[in-house]
Amino acid sequence: MGLTAKSTGIYAFLEDLNQSSVKADAIIALAGNPNTGKSTVFNGLTGLNQHTGNWPGKTVVLAKGNYLYRHKNITLVDLPGTYSLLANSADEQVARDFICFGDPDATVVVADATCLERNLNLVLQVMEITPKTILCLNLIDEAKRKKIEIDIAALENILGIPVIPTAARDKTGLKELREAIHQTVFGKRCNHPKPMVYSENIEVAIEKIQAEVENLFQGRINSRWVALRLLDGDTTIIQEMRNYLQRMEPKDQPVSETYKEVECCGSFGSRV
Amino acid sequence: MAHLEAEFNRLLQLAQAEGSQMGTVRDRIVQTIYREAQDIAEKAVKLKGKAEDVDRMIDNVVTSKIWGYPLMLALLSVVFWLTISGANFPSALLAEFLFGLQDQLTALFQWAGAPDWLHGVLVLGMYRALAWVVSVMLPPMAIFFPLFTFLEDLGYLPRVAFNLDKLFKKAGAHGKQILTMCMGFGCNAAGVIACRIIESPRERLIAILTNNFVPCNGRFPTMIAMAAIFMGLLVSNYNSFTASALVAGVVVLGVSVTLAVSWILSKTLLKGIPSTFTLELPPYRIPKIGSLLIRSVFDRTLFVMMRAVVVAAPAGMVAWILANIQIGGLSILAHLAGWLQGFGCAIGLDGFIVLAFLLGLPANEIVVPILIMSYLAEGAMVELDSIEALRELLVNNGWTWLTALNMMLFSLLHFPCATTLLTIRKETQSLKWTVLAALIPTGIAIAVCFVVAQIVRGLGLF
Amino acid sequence: MSAAEFELTRLPVGKRAEVVRVGSVGSMRNRLLDLGLVPSTVVEAVRKSPAGDPVAYKIRGAVIALRSEESRQITVRSLD
Repeated sequence: MGLTAKSTGIYAFLEDLNQSSVKADAIIALAGNPNTGKSTVFNGLTGLNQHTGNWPGKTVVLAKGNYLYRHKNITLVDLPGTYSLLANSADEQVARDFICFGDPDATVVVADATCLERNLNLVLQVMEITPKTILCLNLIDEAKRKKIEIDIAALENILGIPVIPTAARDKTGLKELREAIHQTVFGKRCNHPKPMVYSENIEVAIEKIQAEVENLFQGRINSRWVALRLLDGDTTIIQEMRNYLQRMEPKDQPVSETYKEVECCGSFGSRV
Repeated sequence: MAHLEAEFNRLLQLAQAEGSQMGTVRDRIVQTIYREAQDIAEKAVKLKGKAEDVDRMIDNVVTSKIWGYPLMLALLSVVFWLTISGANFPSALLAEFLFGLQDQLTALFQWAGAPDWLHGVLVLGMYRALAWVVSVMLPPMAIFFPLFTFLEDLGYLPRVAFNLDKLFKKAGAHGKQILTMCMGFGCNAAGVIACRIIESPRERLIAILTNNFVPCNGRFPTMIAMAAIFMGLLVSNYNSFTASALVAGVVVLGVSVTLAVSWILSKTLLKGIPSTFTLELPPYRIPKIGSLLIRSVFDRTLFVMMRAVVVAAPAGMVAWILANIQIGGLSILAHLAGWLQGFGCAIGLDGFIVLAFLLGLPANEIVVPILIMSYLAEGAMVELDSIEALRELLVNNGWTWLTALNMMLFSLLHFPCATTLLTIRKETQSLKWTVLAALIPTGIAIAVCFVVAQIVRGLGLF
Repeated sequence: MSAAEFELTRLPVGKRAEVVRVGSVGSMRNRLLDLGLVPSTVVEAVRKSPAGDPVAYKIRGAVIALRSEESRQITVRSLD
C-alpha cells in the first residue's frame, strides 16, 4: 500500500480543516437523520448561510462553519443526513468516518422530536462510538403541536448524555446547545452513555478480540466498537481501519489530548 | 510498517471466524439497537391525545389517482409561467441599464485614448457577452430558484418522485431522477450535482448522463424566441399561447428523450439490476420565506450566475476576435462557418448556427448573441430590440420555419455546456462518462435534426 | 410460510402488520434493516402512488415508500 490512502477522503478533509485561517479550539461534528432540521441548527449556530431542505439525504457536501462562545472558537462540521452509520451509501460512510476517525471533540446528533424512536437509532449508534455525544432534540415546537410530550430529564437519565430541546427555526434552545457543547468539550462534565448490550454470543465474541484491538489501535478508537465492526465484517469500515493504522504507524505519537479526557470518563475499553 | 497490518489481518480473521459461526451479526446488531430505541421512546415519550393528521389529508389529494398528476402539471406550469412572465420586465430593465453602461465604457475608452482593438476585445467582446448573460439569465433564475426551493423545503418534491417512480422504474431509472430533472430546469450543472440524492451508482449515472435533455435557464430564452419565430414563419397570425404550447411540447419531448435514453442505457452500457428504492415522504413544513430567499439567492442563483459569468467573459472575447480578424477579406468566423456550411445544411441548420453552438460551449446563453453577431457581421454582439427585428435578420440570412424548428431541437438535445461537463467530470470521476455525456446527446441531436430536415425536404415543403 | 403470514405487498392500505422476516440480501437488506424493518416492527400501509407502485408505509414513525420488488421480500403477519 502506498501513500495515496493518506491524503484522500476523510484525511484530505481533515488536513483542509487544520489549514483554515482561524485555529479552532474545538471541532464539533453535527450528525442527524434527514429532515430533522439539522441544517437549520447548523445555520442557527454558525450564522453561515447554507441550504436546508426537506429532501432526504440532501446535504451531501460537508459544510463547515465557525462560532465564538465564551472566547472559544468552535468549528462545526455539518455531516450528511443519515438514518444510520452502518449501511452502504457514501453519505453514511462520510458521516461514520468523520465521527469515528476524524476525532471530533464532540458530536451533536440532531433528532426530530416528533419521531424520536426512529431517530434514537442513530443516536445510539453514535453513542457507541463516542461518549462525547449530545442529543439536540429539534422541532420540539412541532412535537408540542402534535401533542407529543417528551420527558427530557428522563431521556437524559436513560441515555446518559445531555439532551437539549430546540426549535432551531425560531432559534429557541440554541444558547443552551452552545453551553452543552462547551461543557462537554471544556467543562468537567463526563457523559456516561448507556451501553448497548447485545445477545450473549456476540458479547462473548467481542470480549475475545476487544483487548487485542485496544492494543492495536493504542486506545485511540473505541475498541468495543471496532471489535463489533470486525465481527460484522463490513468491508468499507475495514478498509478505513487499514488507512487509519497506516497513518498511525510512522508517527508513534504520544497518546493524544482527547484520549486522556476520554480516559477520565472511563468509557472506552473497560466498559461493557 | 507491515507489523500493524499483519496484526490487523490476524484480528480480522479471528473476528470473521467468530462472526461466521453466529451467522447474521448485522441483523442482530440492528435489531438490538431498534429494540433499545423503542424501549427508551416508550419510557420518555407520551402522546397527549391525537392531533389531526394534516399531512395525511394533504397527501390524500397530492398523491391521489385523480389529482396527483394534474396537480403536478399545474404546479410545473405555474412555476414556468411565473419564471418566464415575471422575468420579462426585470430582464428588459437590466439590459437597458447594462447596455447603457456600455456606452459610458466606450466613452471612457475614447477619453483614455485606448486603441480600437482593446476597446473591441474588452467592451464589444467581453462586456457585451457579460451584459447579455446577466440580463438574460439573472431574472429568471432569481425567480425560478426560490420557487423551486420553496417546493423543496415544503416537502412537495418527494411526492413528485413518489407519483412518478413507476414511469422511471420502467425506464430502468430511479424515481428521484425527476427531482434532478426539475433542478436541471434551473441549471444542468446544478441538476448533475443534485443527482447525489440517488443512492445507487447505476441509476445515478443514468440521471447524470440524461440531465442535459431538460432545457436549462440558459437555453429557455432561445427556445421561447425560436418558438415565436417558428410560429411567425409558419402562419401569418399566431398568438403567444401557441408559441408557449410549442415550448411546452419541446419540454415534453425532452422528458421523453430522457426516459428513452435512460431505458436504452439501462439495457446496454449500464446494465444491471434496479437497486433499492426507499423514499421518505417527510412531514410538510411551511418554509421560512426570509431565510429561503436568502439561501436560494445566494447559494443557488448567484452561485450559478457567477459560474456563467466566468465562462462568458472569455467566450465573448474569443468570439469578437474571430469575427474581427480578417483573412482574405473574410473574418475567421466566416471562414469557419463556411467549412461547417455543408454539415449544417444537412441537419437543417447552417454553418453559422453550428459554429455558434460550438462557440457557445462555455455557456448556452451566448449561442444566440454569437449567431446574431455573425449574421450582422458588425463584429460585436447586439441585442435586437424586438422579436420582429430578429426574425427579419434571420429571414434575410436564409431562415425558414425548418431552421427555427431544428434550432430548437438542436438546442434541446445537443452537448451540455462546459460547466455542466466539468461538473460531470467531477461527479463521476471519469473521463469516459464525461465524453459519453457529450457524445450521446450530440449524436441524438444530429440524428433528430437530420431526420426532420430530410423528411421536411422530402415532402417538398421547401 | 404459515397461513397468517404473507408478503408485505399484499397488505391493504390502512391495515397494519408485524414484520416476521426480511428476505432480501446484500445492500438491499442492510438498507431495509436501517429503516427499522426488523422482526416485530409494526408496519402500516399508508397509501399507494397513483400508478399503484410504489406504496408508502408508516415504519417507526416515518412514512417510507417502497417498490413492490422490495416489499415482496418482506414477510409480515397481520395485526388487524
